[in-house]
Amino acid sequence: MTDPYSPRLPERDRPWMMRTYAGHSDARRSNELYRGNLAKGQTGLSVAFDLPTQTGYDPDHELARGEVGKVGVSIADLDDMRTLLDGIPLDQMNTSMTINATAAWLLALYIVTAEEQGVAQHELQGTTQNDILKEYLSRGTYAFPPGPSMRLIADTIAYTVEHVPKWNPINICSYHLQEAGATPVQEIAFAISNAIAVLDAVSERVEPELMGAVFGRISFFVNAGVRFIEEHAKLRAMACLWEELGLERYGVQDLRQRRFRYGVQVNSLGLTEAQPENNAYRIALEALAVTLGRSARARAIQLPAWNEALGLPRPWDQQWSLRLQQVLAYETDLLDYPDIFEGSKVMEGLVAELLEGAREEISRVQELGGAVEAVDYMKAALVESHRERINRIESGELVVVGVNRYTDTEPSPLTADGEGGILVVDPEVEAERRAAVEQWRATRDQAVVDTALEDLARAAHEESENIMATTIAAARAGATTGEWAQALRSEFGGYRAPTGVGAAASVPSEDLAELRDEVERVSESLGRRLKILVGKPGLDGHSNGAEQIAVRARDVGMDVVYQGIRLTPAEIATSAAQEGVHVVGLSILSGSHAQLIPSVIEALGDAGVGDVPVIVGGIIPEADASRLREAGVAAVYTPKDYNLGRIMHEIVELVAERQRIQAGVRG
Amino acid sequence: MPAGADLGERLRAGDLSAAPAVLNLVENRSPAARSETEELLAAVSPSALGREAPAHVVGVTGPPGVGKSSLLSRLVSEWRSGGRSVAVLAVDPSSRRSGGSLLGDRARIEVDSGDRDVYIRSTAVGERLGGLAPATLAAASALAAAFDVVVIETVGVGQSETDVADVADTVVVVVQPGSGDVLQFLKSGIMEIPDLLVVTKADLGRPAMRALADLRAALRSLGARAIPVIPVSSISPASGIRELVDALDVHRAGIDLPARRLRARRLHALSDFSAEHGERGLRALGGRRAAERWLEQQDAGLDVAALERALATRASTS
Repeated sequence: MTDPYSPRLPERDRPWMMRTYAGHSDARRSNELYRGNLAKGQTGLSVAFDLPTQTGYDPDHELARGEVGKVGVSIADLDDMRTLLDGIPLDQMNTSMTINATAAWLLALYIVTAEEQGVAQHELQGTTQNDILKEYLSRGTYAFPPGPSMRLIADTIAYTVEHVPKWNPINICSYHLQEAGATPVQEIAFAISNAIAVLDAVSERVEPELMGAVFGRISFFVNAGVRFIEEHAKLRAMACLWEELGLERYGVQDLRQRRFRYGVQVNSLGLTEAQPENNAYRIALEALAVTLGRSARARAIQLPAWNEALGLPRPWDQQWSLRLQQVLAYETDLLDYPDIFEGSKVMEGLVAELLEGAREEISRVQELGGAVEAVDYMKAALVESHRERINRIESGELVVVGVNRYTDTEPSPLTADGEGGILVVDPEVEAERRAAVEQWRATRDQAVVDTALEDLARAAHEESENIMATTIAAARAGATTGEWAQALRSEFGGYRAPTGVGAAASVPSEDLAELRDEVERVSESLGRRLKILVGKPGLDGHSNGAEQIAVRARDVGMDVVYQGIRLTPAEIATSAAQEGVHVVGLSILSGSHAQLIPSVIEALGDAGVGDVPVIVGGIIPEADASRLREAGVAAVYTPKDYNLGRIMHEIVELVAERQRIQAGVRG
Repeated sequence: MPAGADLGERLRAGDLSAAPAVLNLVENRSPAARSETEELLAAVSPSALGREAPAHVVGVTGPPGVGKSSLLSRLVSEWRSGGRSVAVLAVDPSSRRSGGSLLGDRARIEVDSGDRDVYIRSTAVGERLGGLAPATLAAASALAAAFDVVVIETVGVGQSETDVADVADTVVVVVQPGSGDVLQFLKSGIMEIPDLLVVTKADLGRPAMRALADLRAALRSLGARAIPVIPVSSISPASGIRELVDALDVHRAGIDLPARRLRARRLHALSDFSAEHGERGLRALGGRRAAERWLEQQDAGLDVAALERALATRASTS
């Protein structure tokens, strides 16, 4: 030990993989976008699919209306996948696909497309998100019940470990748990519990000697909020728990196979619609959470764009976020050092705290029978945490700059253009996609497709069979996304996830007393309790906002019919009529409001309750909001309306006003 | 506000689209609405109909989380495929807090929203503790004139189960494997013995079979009459649903309907009376059991409103 200690690494670290979560409209437009992004220095692909693709419906299905090409690219068949990846060498590309319920299918399309490019499946690198529990808990794009869904996951893992060994078959997502309101302890504990459920399911379907390789291929997809010191500690705690789990529960001896590997998309929940330029800083600080400490640094990073709370980002907005990654990796000295937190008492203390909380929570989930059985418990816990977070923002205890403090602002030049600084998907896309899938069905060999789908259904029925072989055959035969999913739906049945709202605690605060009085007063003159229907039309499953509205409406004394997600306009209208509600609250985050909301209003009229006022919440640009009001919507709320108390007050006023009008007509 | 008599007429004519207006009326506690509700109930009473209301009134109850909603989804579709119209009154006693309530059940019962012969209404219980809302009893009697099946679904065992038993033709208690509560309740007499017991999650195999055996043994040791215990699985491939529907029909065919309905009307009146007059009112009648005995002496032709008025008169003169 004669050399003086050098604080630097002998050789600078290689940067993480840089991606942008991208895709919209159709395969051709998205392919152009990807090539552009790669030319700008992006080093991997991250494919965003639209909601019909994610939930297993073709573009011409009733539930797809208004959603085609909105939050991602529409992929209905093999030809779409060929076009999407055209000119992108798949032997070199590392492709991450945000796909869950239909992951096996999209992976099959990817494998067949690669094969046509002359690339064998064992050379492929990438990730299928493939995590269904968080879809039940937060994101909502599930298609099948828990049992069969876990089997599909286990099948894709068992298949890739053997045939596509460089693939990450699943990304256990803690990301969406934080988006749904999870505290750091919940984020760690629920994600690890989820991983245990997956590993246990796989262990029943592979030879025991493969479990080390299986464990080594499980990666995580995490979130990072703006409290970036604690967020970094969270990642260190996860790494620690993961290693421990590999050794103790699954007997994995190889240290490399026990390493905690994760990709990240930093927090969207904290991005604000008010003064949206501030989001650029938030994103930068959140990026530090996942890069600062070398021993828990992300393998792959994608950053949201500054304008996510406004609508879909444009290519320039995404480029701005990519540049942040590049500045961090190539301009700063971040990659010059070993772990800068080693020996930090503060960091150690934080990690220890989180570990203790997480271990306790993990054993609670295990006591309930594991993550699949504990979905109800976890969902209710998340709704509760989110409720607390909103209360703290309302009370000002949790500061959000530009929202509940420092709200005076100059007009922003960033949103001054005609579209309000966002990407607007060409409304013609949906019709084009409908025509394209009809054309595809007309030109393929139907007999071959029918046989492939029969084989698929048989494999689905035969629980011991791996679903991948017949899925790949169906892709080759020319089946569509909707057909693949329908074959499995007929075998597995449908499913509706728990809503978690029933168990959420009431607000103890006296602040609600005034509102409760208002509700009592109006209910008294109505003769029965003010009743509201809350639900989400379309395929968007991001239910946090709707859930919080439902819980608060109950807390101020309303009877709340919470109908959940994925509703057709007819379903909403039927419920509104049957339940005798006084007001209907709808939430849409996928950008399909322009098509869906007028359809709901029409359906309400058809059901004989056209006089029931409709309010809408979601990511809705102002231009659209005024069009919705013209179409008959009573009020439109966007992320800047964080004050639930005010929204409740306005709902009560609205109902009172409508009742007076009716009384006037009668009297 | 629609006239109760008109709504009653629509129901008598089998007009299922009257259901939402019926519920809006019976839930309305204003004096005007209550007198219209009396008109409505009179219009669908046995004397007006010339017989008992034709529906099969089925009470479905059981602890939270046993899979009642999935079971109901399957049951409704089985009834529908047999051509029967169904109304479901989903009552959630655990939902009411701080005056308001969250009714999430509707999201979990899967039915075809375009099917005009299925009606679902969610209700929180009234302000009083436990039990069914007065509106639910009124709704069940009214809808029974038009629908083929009226289901009252409640959560929990104990008070609400007793109330359901008071008004339903057939009471089904739903339990899941491994939940000892129901056994305990049965043994201790907290829970009245239902007409049918359903064990869900039969797909679980051995635990479900063990639960079945335990229940049957417990029922035997209680010396109870032979109660059908039916295992069902609501997840695909579903099983036991047709057997359950058959068992329900068999039970309904075997009861003395006029006697059971008469008892239901009397207990409905008593329930409305105690919702209105509370403990003090019951004391004035000499307690619940004395009131029940007194009701048994009354004219079988009296409808609910008349019975309630008779109870009120007796309470004020005692």
